[in-house]
Amino acid sequence: MNLEFTPEELAFRDEVRSFIAENYPKDLSSGGMRDDMSPEELTAWHKILGKKGWSTPAWPEQYGGTGWTPTQRYIWSEENARVNAIMPLPFGVSMVGPVIYTFGSEEQKQQHLPGIRSGDVWWCQGYSEPGAGSDLASLTTTAVRDGDHYVINGQKTWTTLAQHADWGFFLCRTDPDAAKPQEGISFILIDMNTPGIEVKPIKLIDGGYEVNETWLTDVRVPVENLVGEENKGWTYAKFLLAHERSGIAGVARSKRGVEQLRDIAKSEQLDGKPLMSDFDFARKVSQLEIDLSALEITELRTLAGEQAGKGPGPESSILKIKGTEIQQRLTELTLEAVGHYGTPYYAGMSDMGSNEYPIGPDYAQHSAATYFNMRKTSIYGGSNEIQRNIITKMILGL
Amino acid sequence: MDFNFTDEQTMVRDSLTRMVRENYDTDTRRAAIGSDSGWRPEVWAQLAELGLLGMPFSEEDGGFGGGAVDSMIVMEEFGKGLVVEPFVPTVVCAGGFLKHAGTAAQKEEHIGGIVDGSRIFAFAYAEPRGRFDYADLETTAKKDGGGYVLNGHKAVVIGAPWATHLVVTARTSGGQRDSDGISVFVVDKSSAGVVTRDYPTVDGRRASEVYFENVAVPAEALIGEEGKALPLIEVVTDEAIAAQCAEVCGAMKVAHAMTVDYSRQRKQFGVPIGSFQVLQHRMVDMYTEYEQSVSMTYLATLKLGESEVERKLAVSAAKVRIGQAAHHIGQEAIQIHGGMGMTDELAIGHYFKRLTVFDAEFGNVDHHMKRHVALASG
Ligand SMILES: Cc1cc2nc3c(=O)[nH]c(=O)nc-3n(C[C@H](O)[C@H](O)[C@H](O)COP(=O)(O)OP(=O)(O)OC[C@H]3O[C@@H](n4cnc5c(N)ncnc54)[C@H](O)[C@@H]3O)c2cc1C
Ligand SMILES: Cc1cc2nc3c(=O)[nH]c(=O)nc-3n(C[C@H](O)[C@H](O)[C@H](O)COP(=O)(O)OP(=O)(O)OC[C@H]3O[C@@H](n4cnc5c(N)ncnc54)[C@H](O)[C@@H]3O)c2cc1C
Repeated sequence: MNLEFTPEELAFRDEVRSFIAENYPKDLSSGGMRDDMSPEELTAWHKILGKKGWSTPAWPEQYGGTGWTPTQRYIWSEENARVNAIMPLPFGVSMVGPVIYTFGSEEQKQQHLPGIRSGDVWWCQGYSEPGAGSDLASLTTTAVRDGDHYVINGQKTWTTLAQHADWGFFLCRTDPDAAKPQEGISFILIDMNTPGIEVKPIKLIDGGYEVNETWLTDVRVPVENLVGEENKGWTYAKFLLAHERSGIAGVARSKRGVEQLRDIAKSEQLDGKPLMSDFDFARKVSQLEIDLSALEITELRTLAGEQAGKGPGPESSILKIKGTEIQQRLTELTLEAVGHYGTPYYAGMSDMGSNEYPIGPDYAQHSAATYFNMRKTSIYGGSNEIQRNIITKMILGL
Repeated sequence: MDFNFTDEQTMVRDSLTRMVRENYDTDTRRAAIGSDSGWRPEVWAQLAELGLLGMPFSEEDGGFGGGAVDSMIVMEEFGKGLVVEPFVPTVVCAGGFLKHAGTAAQKEEHIGGIVDGSRIFAFAYAEPRGRFDYADLETTAKKDGGGYVLNGHKAVVIGAPWATHLVVTARTSGGQRDSDGISVFVVDKSSAGVVTRDYPTVDGRRASEVYFENVAVPAEALIGEEGKALPLIEVVTDEAIAAQCAEVCGAMKVAHAMTVDYSRQRKQFGVPIGSFQVLQHRMVDMYTEYEQSVSMTYLATLKLGESEVERKLAVSAAKVRIGQAAHHIGQEAIQIHGGMGMTDELAIGHYFKRLTVFDAEFGNVDHHMKRHVALASG
């Protein structure tokens, strides 16, 4: 056992670092996602990576993966986090992509994988419904066979960034009479420009619009867009969720966040000294860092297991729970660090015509909104309660 | 020992409950805070009419002779409706300075206007660098002839866009962070050299950055003794903290009730989510936090008139405990509401935001923990 990087890994890190330095778009370098970003800004880096062949590092090489070891992938995410890079959105790269290359038809692979790699096609995830959240299997959106089409009717909700999406992957009920709710569900790819789809943004507590309600009314989808077998969608959905969860841990990004927090706490003053030199505050930052290193090594162990042929299993629930808790505490501490300047509502200022220059230090401006927004992480992707239920059943056997 | 309210207090509370219910349903509040001015002067007028703006002043000053318990009752009801009107800056803070240290002439000039609703105050104490230390002041007030000249920048002054007047802390002598040399002034907001930048706050109120650029004020603008204001500021802000603790108790009570209610209605897996024991226990913990917070609010409120040390210990203890409870209850309420909790549409998110902002007002958990430690071990 050894935690040090090998000389080859160090060389790889240098290569990655200089590639990022030379190619990451300068105008995006202030980094970090903001909710007012255009789709072009959000995909700019993805498109550059697509050309380089680095947009889907975790995929098998035959589908455009890099063949990197888990350590290399870890270095890759660290280096991106260092510059706060806006990474490819997960919906194509880490969700539907793996489903398509694992369970999809040859035609589907040819049609969809290139667009995911290049970043030209924007995907969204149509799972949740108003009545089917944690209990996803109770979903009621129906897909009824009509000749060589499915006719789809129902309402999805929380569809992240669907307002920009070209394609969506949807769970629909194809057999309403199945014995168990998990049976009779199919995994269907839908062109978001198909007539009958209406997408309506939902305003969230941070003032942004990242999720949508999505209505499907007599949407006709060719049967070729069914992934795998009819009525077996639950299997693919679960496969996908395990992939979704491991990405959610966000270790590299949180490490970067801790550094930023330290910088903020160095420039904030308490009793004429930097806040960072205050023991009470410093202790909380260290606690966060300690928890983060425990998560990091746990994730590396999981990655190593995957490399050895174990798919992401119920352990990914540990990563989801701990990763999101850390992200939430990090944003909470950041808000705490900025003191009074967490209180102004910056998004509301443009409405009031007073956005000539920022109020308070730059780093304070999104601190409250980010804290509010990050409450989502313990809710989505299977809430943390549901993750604990999974561990209860799958690991503890209760 | 007596934890009961008088008949009069109960009456005030009941009429306030009604008033808040009528004026502060979610949609009406949303429209009000989203309007150009961000508040409703007519609600302020109604509060004046109910006699609430004059409540804590003695009868000889033109008030109704109430005390801290009355403010507590009012604030708890305000918290239930997330009322944005500037009761704390105007009545508790400015009113407090006048009550404790105002001259007869100052009381005469200002209290009548507070009571009838025509004079609205904001309390400009925080600065960009000073964090929660009232003594860490860069704003200066220099003697000039018979009066003073103010210069400085005050940060996130709550209610300032609505105010006619400001109460301002400034350094009249001494070095930065000295506890001596601090003074308090009343300034007409329309005075030459007062510049404000107004903006909304994340919890639906309005605030300003206030800049003083050679603002000349007369000698009568000074409240209390020159250079000796720190203990006075501490008295008044401790009263403000007690009032806001009550407000936050009101907000926590509603946030908890909404969560319990939601968990009864929202069904997943064929049952109400409230039937899951893991959620039940968490709502029990929220409830426990709320009850403890009410107790701490009583403690802080009832100790306001005691010795300085007793008062500060109680107020800091309350601010710590309730700051923690507010975070806990706010976060759990969102979590148990699931995706719906993240939406602007549901009221619960607005409660969450108010519960969040409370922590940084008049010193956060760490700040008051330190004050408690220093007093308890000193
Ligand atoms: C910002 C955001 C983005 C999202 N993006 C997408 C997306 O792109 N595509 C998509 O399909 N979905 C998306 N979702 C939906 C997300 O997956 C659901 O919100 C999540 O599954 C929870 O469902 P719910 O909101 O209906 O909450 P509910 O299921 O109603 O849960 C409410 C509360 O009850 C708890 N609970 C429920 N069941 C149990 C149980 N058995 N035991 C213990 N506790 C339980 C939950 O943990 C939660 O705390 C998104 C959600 C958010 C907030
Ligand atoms: C030091 C000591 C002194 C005691 N003195 C006395 C005495 O003087 N007289 C007397 O009669 N008894 C006495 N008791 C017994 C005591 O009341 C029992 O230990 C107690 O009721 C718990 O029962 P149990 O130990 O069988 O645990 P169990 O009932 O087996 O419980 C085990 C765990 O399961 C949990 N649990 C059980 N049911 C539920 C549920 N429905 N939901 C959630 N969690 C649940 C419990 O909270 C506990 O964590 C004493 C016990 C101790 C340790």
